[in-house]
Amino acid sequence: MFIMRILKNDPGGQILMSLLLIALLVVPVLNLVVPESSALHLSTYSVTLLGKYLTYALLAVAVDLVWGYLGILSLGHAAFFALGGYAMGMYLMRQIGDRGVYGNPVLPDFMVFLNYTELPWFWQGFDMFWLATIMIVLVPGVLAYVFGWLAFRSRVTGVYLSIITQALTYALMLAFFRNEMGFGGNNGLTDFKDLLGFDLHADSTRIGLFIASALALGFGYLVCRAIVKSKLGRVAVAIRDAEDRTRFIGYRVEYVKLALFTFSAALAGIAGALYVPQVGIINPGEFSPLNSIEVVIWVAVGGRGTLYGAAAGAVLVNYAKTYFTGAFPEVWLFALGALFVLSTLYLPKGLVGVLKRQRASS
Amino acid sequence: MIKQTLRSMLDRTQVYDFMVPSVADELDLSHGTILYLEGITVSFDGFKAIDDLNLYIDAGELRCIIGPNGAGKTTMMDVITGKTKPDAGSAWFGQRMNLLRMSEAEIAVAGIGRKFQKPTVFENHTVFENLELAMSSNKNVFPTLFASLSSEQCDHIDEVLGIIGLNEQVKKEAGFLSHGQKQWLEIGMLLVQKAELLLVDEPVAGMTHQEMDRTAELLRTLAGTQSVVVVEHDMDFVRSLESPVTVLHQGHVLAEGSMEDIQNDQRVIDVYLGGH
Amino acid sequence: MRHWPKILILLLSLLFTQTDVAIAGDDSLHQIQVLLISNNFVEKTQAVSLLALHSHPRTEEILKAFLEGELYYRKSDKLLLIAKKQGRQYSISDALTGDELGVVKKREIKKIRSNNALRKKIRIVLARKELNSVDPTVRYQAVNAMLGNPDVGITSQLQDRLKLERDQKVRNILELALAITRLEGGEKEDRLSAVAAVSGSLEPVIRSKLESIVVDDPIEEVRVAAKESLNKISAKLQFYSFLETLFFGLSLGSVLVLAAIGLAITFGVMGVINMAHGELIMLGAYTTYVIQKAMPEFIGVSILFAIPAAFIVSGLVGILIEQTVIRHLYGRALETLLATFGISLILQQAVRSIFSPLNRSVVTPDWMSGSLEINSVLSLTYNRLYIIFFCLLVFVILFLILKRTSLGLQVRAVTQNRAMARAMGVRSSWVDAMTFGLGSGIAGVAGVALSQLTNVGPNLGQAYIVDSFMVVVFGGVGNLAGTLISGFSLGIANQFLEPWVGAVLAKIFILIFIILFIQKRPRGLFPQKGRSAEG
Repeated sequence: MFIMRILKNDPGGQILMSLLLIALLVVPVLNLVVPESSALHLSTYSVTLLGKYLTYALLAVAVDLVWGYLGILSLGHAAFFALGGYAMGMYLMRQIGDRGVYGNPVLPDFMVFLNYTELPWFWQGFDMFWLATIMIVLVPGVLAYVFGWLAFRSRVTGVYLSIITQALTYALMLAFFRNEMGFGGNNGLTDFKDLLGFDLHADSTRIGLFIASALALGFGYLVCRAIVKSKLGRVAVAIRDAEDRTRFIGYRVEYVKLALFTFSAALAGIAGALYVPQVGIINPGEFSPLNSIEVVIWVAVGGRGTLYGAAAGAVLVNYAKTYFTGAFPEVWLFALGALFVLSTLYLPKGLVGVLKRQRASS
Repeated sequence: MIKQTLRSMLDRTQVYDFMVPSVADELDLSHGTILYLEGITVSFDGFKAIDDLNLYIDAGELRCIIGPNGAGKTTMMDVITGKTKPDAGSAWFGQRMNLLRMSEAEIAVAGIGRKFQKPTVFENHTVFENLELAMSSNKNVFPTLFASLSSEQCDHIDEVLGIIGLNEQVKKEAGFLSHGQKQWLEIGMLLVQKAELLLVDEPVAGMTHQEMDRTAELLRTLAGTQSVVVVEHDMDFVRSLESPVTVLHQGHVLAEGSMEDIQNDQRVIDVYLGGH
Repeated sequence: MRHWPKILILLLSLLFTQTDVAIAGDDSLHQIQVLLISNNFVEKTQAVSLLALHSHPRTEEILKAFLEGELYYRKSDKLLLIAKKQGRQYSISDALTGDELGVVKKREIKKIRSNNALRKKIRIVLARKELNSVDPTVRYQAVNAMLGNPDVGITSQLQDRLKLERDQKVRNILELALAITRLEGGEKEDRLSAVAAVSGSLEPVIRSKLESIVVDDPIEEVRVAAKESLNKISAKLQFYSFLETLFFGLSLGSVLVLAAIGLAITFGVMGVINMAHGELIMLGAYTTYVIQKAMPEFIGVSILFAIPAAFIVSGLVGILIEQTVIRHLYGRALETLLATFGISLILQQAVRSIFSPLNRSVVTPDWMSGSLEINSVLSLTYNRLYIIFFCLLVFVILFLILKRTSLGLQVRAVTQNRAMARAMGVRSSWVDAMTFGLGSGIAGVAGVALSQLTNVGPNLGQAYIVDSFMVVVFGGVGNLAGTLISGFSLGIANQFLEPWVGAVLAKIFILIFIILFIQKRPRGLFPQKGRSAEG
């Protein structure tokens, strides 16, 4: 009922939730029950792909919350995504135990290779799932909090803020590329075996991860929707449109920004944590500034300031990416580049805006 | 020197600087004055926008401030509302609130409301939402997240809507309002804010004569319960307010008094009125 | 000459076994020939020593050929040859007479191999011969090569030379070389005076000699003096390494300034965020590459052609971007950022498709390679020196354009008040296009400079975009001089941090520093002045 109230007057959200619900019911059946010979069978590869798209969609929703409603164009959200991913990756590495190439029960392979004698302090406890789960939201959240506290307090806004968020993720990328950081350097973390005792390569685990991703997206969407529907959401839009004015009627603009930015970062962290077991690897490339800015374009294509548009944009653009990089790898960057240019020039409100206009005119 | 320090340490009535809260909880009007500006100086790259300005506003007073362009009127408002920090001087709200140590939001919450020269309303919000946002309430993050309007607050908004004449447009987005309607909406936002001190910068620009009269009427009724400072160019409007007038010139107070006194003041005639 | 008996025995044995060896000149030359042909390096070393003492006029040529691996002998008659490769064959000449003997195939001759020790020995021998050359620079280099290569026989020669020597530079190094020999062998007084004489010298040889004296010398006084002298040297070394780091910092700073200054115009003056700026730099670098390919015989001057060409190419692309995209997005900074980022992707993929994703290397012309040697520890490479000068030149030209030309006047007018400028008859859209073209063209010129330092590849621009933004933001938007100072300070800071924390961490520290700096001074080191900048 609470959900109904949140989704009231939100047809886009209702459609998104319905689609998620249908996927939750249909995908497991198509994969596990329908025999492989059938045309309706959904391969595990496709299920994983869909799961990956859903984590991207969650990331896009997180970005839309701060960009669409608060006017903060973050070019560093991939950093929060990757940090959540690394936290999950560390748990998965510890789960390998003595099944690694070197058979060391405590140290992951890359540490043995780099002559570590003991586990670094920040790896302690990552064999416990609950701790990893906390870290998945805590690490991105704390980073966003500290960064935001510095940036918002001194009123860094607009493109300046965008550029320093980009510098942030760039610095993190350089840092994670270093072997001395203790996160596997260039190669990152990979060769995962199982999660909570479930074999990561098993079909049922893949389905489980898909379901978890769908639920996380649903949950993330509802919470974001609840926020933007609240008075805080209206204050956020007020900040986006006239920051000074909002201050002069008594709102602590920097605290509002800090709260939403931190929440958004934690959400991105969750998305990253679900992404890693599905793709089976996390490496410093995830921090690359290009990744962050790609997320922004998903949101722009879908339609910012709608949340569901962001989710739809993420799935559509990534489906196109999968298709193009498979069929015409040369063309993909041209297409992506064109997407950036055309969507900003001709689709200021994204596909959602186009649909709305068509509905209004017909 | 040491003796002095020791003595001051033993003196029980001594209040140390760090123990004085910069933001007092309550507005203290025990001396009947709501705003003190003393020796305020603001300069931009050597140009003194405000030069040793002294201004006192009594509680419940309606005061007009006039002055030629560049006299420092808007900069003075910026100082009061915390947008600009002066190079020198002090600014107190009531007896206990040091405005120079407070942020814009703290000043607004403490009870100073401002209407800007150029009307700035939240264009993507409806008229109702604009008023809701401006309304006095707990404006911290979490209370705002879980806030819902009480029936009293709704009534208050309705009442203000009646005053500013925007009943019809309540669900209209503010961006679609005319210039005059935006002016009224901003005045409405000031009203729901329940500020103790209202700073009103050129309220009647873009208004018809009837609307000007209504505005003058409104400001006069507000005075008494709230203190109002009006900055205005339109002399007819200032005259209709029938209030004391302060003339700013080159960043400091040139003359103060009734409109009549001001009009007869030779210095004012020289620099301002005489020019027309 | 301890090996004489052994050589005699060898000689005898050779005479018995190889009776058909041609007798060339006199006996000692024959010995040398036999010893050289031997497979034993001890014997070859003997041969070199013999050659050194021999008065034969062609000893120098033979030794040089040996050093360069061009000394051979003919398999048929064991005749010593100097052979030069010509395609698949070798043109040979008699090593002792210098007579041309025509062209032969590889299998008819055999190379006389040398090793490092032998080559070192040859070098000393040659140096000793060069000691008496007429050319002072040859003499200087000869002594320099001898430093730290103790050879008992050489001291007296050096002393003799010092008596004759007029050239001050050669005298100095001769004295240094002699001091080294005294450091090693002499009495206490000799060593003390030698320590005093070498004090302040930067030759690495001297340092290692002094270090061993500090440890090994039996006499306390000498050890202390050596220690002092060593301290003096290391203080001097520190000073020079400071200078060197400063120089590296300045050259890195110049690269940053070059990369950022175009951005300072488009971002600073026009307020346009151009994420494709890095790709405009890349286009400049590729233009250099193409021009070099087009005129392979004139690599030296190609770079001078590349500068205007790159300016035009990048400038035109910039104007195209401005006209088709940016013009429609004025006042929407975040959208401009996204659209230009898309353009950067397209440009990257375009060069990847045209030139392949592999890096292309641009040849450095001769006049830019090499280095200016200040002393034995400090040498400034020419390409870095040129970059610094080039950067300053570009800056001055740009500054003059903005201050002295009518375009500059119009640009400043539009920057300060667009509406007013338009009312005064300034065609603001034309000014925008020209300004953007100017900034983009400068990016192209930066690309020419960068092509001399790094590989030219599709990702060239990406590497510089974050850095250039940091430089502009740090320096203060809209302030060219600020960009210059900020670029140099960031470059220098980076180079000084690097030895402490490594290149990557240095970069991270700089980024974090700037992020923190923006908190304190959101408008950079040198913010634009005036009320118009008030938000």
